Amino acid sequence: MTLFSRESARRLFQNVAQMVGTNGTNGTNGTAATTDTTVAPARKNTTLRTANPEQFDVIVVGAGPAGSAAALVAARAGLKVLLLERGEYPGSKNVSGAALYGSAILDELIPKWWEHAPVERYISRRMLSFMSPETSVSLDFRSTNYAQPPYNGFSVLRPKFDRWFAAQAEAAGAFLLNAAVVDDVLWKDDRVIGVRVRRDAGDVCGNVVIACDGANSFLAKKAGMQREFHSHEMSLGVKEVIGLDEQTVRERFHLQGDEGMAVEYLGAITEQVHGGAFLYTNRDSLSLGVIGQISSFVAQKQRPYELLELFKAHPAVAPLVRGGKLREYSAHIIPEAGWEMLPRLYTDGMLVAGDAAAFCFAVGLYLEGINYAIQSGLAAGEAAVAAHRDKDFSAYSLARYKDQLNKRHVLTDFKRYRHTPGFINDARLQNFYPEVVAHGAERLFRVDGTAKKKLLPIAWETMRHFQIKPGQLLKDLYHAGRSFGW
Amino acid sequence: MVTTTFEEKITTPRFNVDEIPHIVVHAEVCQDCSVRACVYVCPANLFVPLDDGGILFNYEECFECGTCYIACNQEGAIEWSYPRGGYGVTFREA
Repeated sequence: MTLFSRESARRLFQNVAQMVGTNGTNGTNGTAATTDTTVAPARKNTTLRTANPEQFDVIVVGAGPAGSAAALVAARAGLKVLLLERGEYPGSKNVSGAALYGSAILDELIPKWWEHAPVERYISRRMLSFMSPETSVSLDFRSTNYAQPPYNGFSVLRPKFDRWFAAQAEAAGAFLLNAAVVDDVLWKDDRVIGVRVRRDAGDVCGNVVIACDGANSFLAKKAGMQREFHSHEMSLGVKEVIGLDEQTVRERFHLQGDEGMAVEYLGAITEQVHGGAFLYTNRDSLSLGVIGQISSFVAQKQRPYELLELFKAHPAVAPLVRGGKLREYSAHIIPEAGWEMLPRLYTDGMLVAGDAAAFCFAVGLYLEGINYAIQSGLAAGEAAVAAHRDKDFSAYSLARYKDQLNKRHVLTDFKRYRHTPGFINDARLQNFYPEVVAHGAERLFRVDGTAKKKLLPIAWETMRHFQIKPGQLLKDLYHAGRSFGW
Repeated sequence: MVTTTFEEKITTPRFNVDEIPHIVVHAEVCQDCSVRACVYVCPANLFVPLDDGGILFNYEECFECGTCYIACNQEGAIEWSYPRGGYGVTFREA
């Protein structure tokens, strides 16, 4: 039994030069963002077992946004690309909010992509809500400038969007293989030369392997490029898609036509769990969920799906979901530690992109992942194309990936916000202060016959009510400044 | 408000169950564990604590998210991999 049908094999592998092992030099591994000594070294003992394995220029593992972007770029440059997906179709195992920001990035790749892709609504209204159990204070932003092509972002349903995006890579010439789970990377002379798919004769070779295998990134760990994660670095998101009719979605959120809204919630919404919640409008449904640090779910003995129910029952949220019907419940983990958990990004014969490289920008004001996944996928694809031009697949040659990541503002953004995740993934910031703000606002707007007070006395009272220590507040203000201000 | 029970939630994704479990829990290791992180964090509620100190685990309705092995503090208690290609959970809207 072979991995590919004879016909596809003939189509894809005619005259493929056996380039592996002829051009690589033994360069040094890519340097990690932090030199974390706990990265387990790769054992490098998985060697080729399949006789006459198929040979590709590029093997992309995982057909999410990063993988499909990498495959698309490499295929367009004329390389022979294999795109492996473990689900029955791309997107079938993928979960996120899902808000896809950075529409302009995709527009460069596929002009007017939103006219062809299964998008739900363009996001022109964003809201940040601070909650106490009874109160919410919101910053409501709306711009008609976000309602013009190329738009700023869209709400999407991942099984539909990811499937479409992978089809674009296929149309560019990449060979997509579904239902193919990759168990390991293959080594030869200290270099990655391919991957092992879990099936008979499942070894395939590629000059460059691009691991886009998601937040768990077993491939990056197997290759000695990523360490094990701590439960405070990872968050768990649980989510529901709740069906409503189209007209109700528009009326309830004051939206016109295809306009959509994204809301992020902080504060009492997650009880004592460090995290937040989100709500996005789709065409005829809502995507909403809660996100919490795994370690704090454990510490609070809080079951995530029960927290989701508490969120839906909050007085500010309940009217928004009223009358809806549950369409799907799902869950996924989110790498939230940013710069601290970036892996080695390149090694001899291999690159890591997307969630697998922890390119998830969860820094309070921003909750972005798909845009960085696409950007890093494009950067990896470009680096692979350049490596083929030079016929050099060593770490030295693939270091270009880092340059491309800088050029695409991925690494620069993560570096700029390197202090932020550590600061905000904390009970004071995500639960306590939002509640203080909500409480203070309630005091500010209450009219009950008592004397009107000015802002400072109200702030002072609120601080005393919550027993906030001035020293701690000053420290937090400094860290807030360092995280978001300068 | 749309209240749904866990039982209602878990019927919404599709599960193509493989006969080979992709996650194996070594319940004898769990005997020494007092935290029982898996019981609380699993979004699919797959871990059930037993009176004898062990853990009853069912892989069939797993989301393959990885939360359990990240939360677990007992070395060697959870053997984790993905299901065979094409098996496991399939989301249609997620």
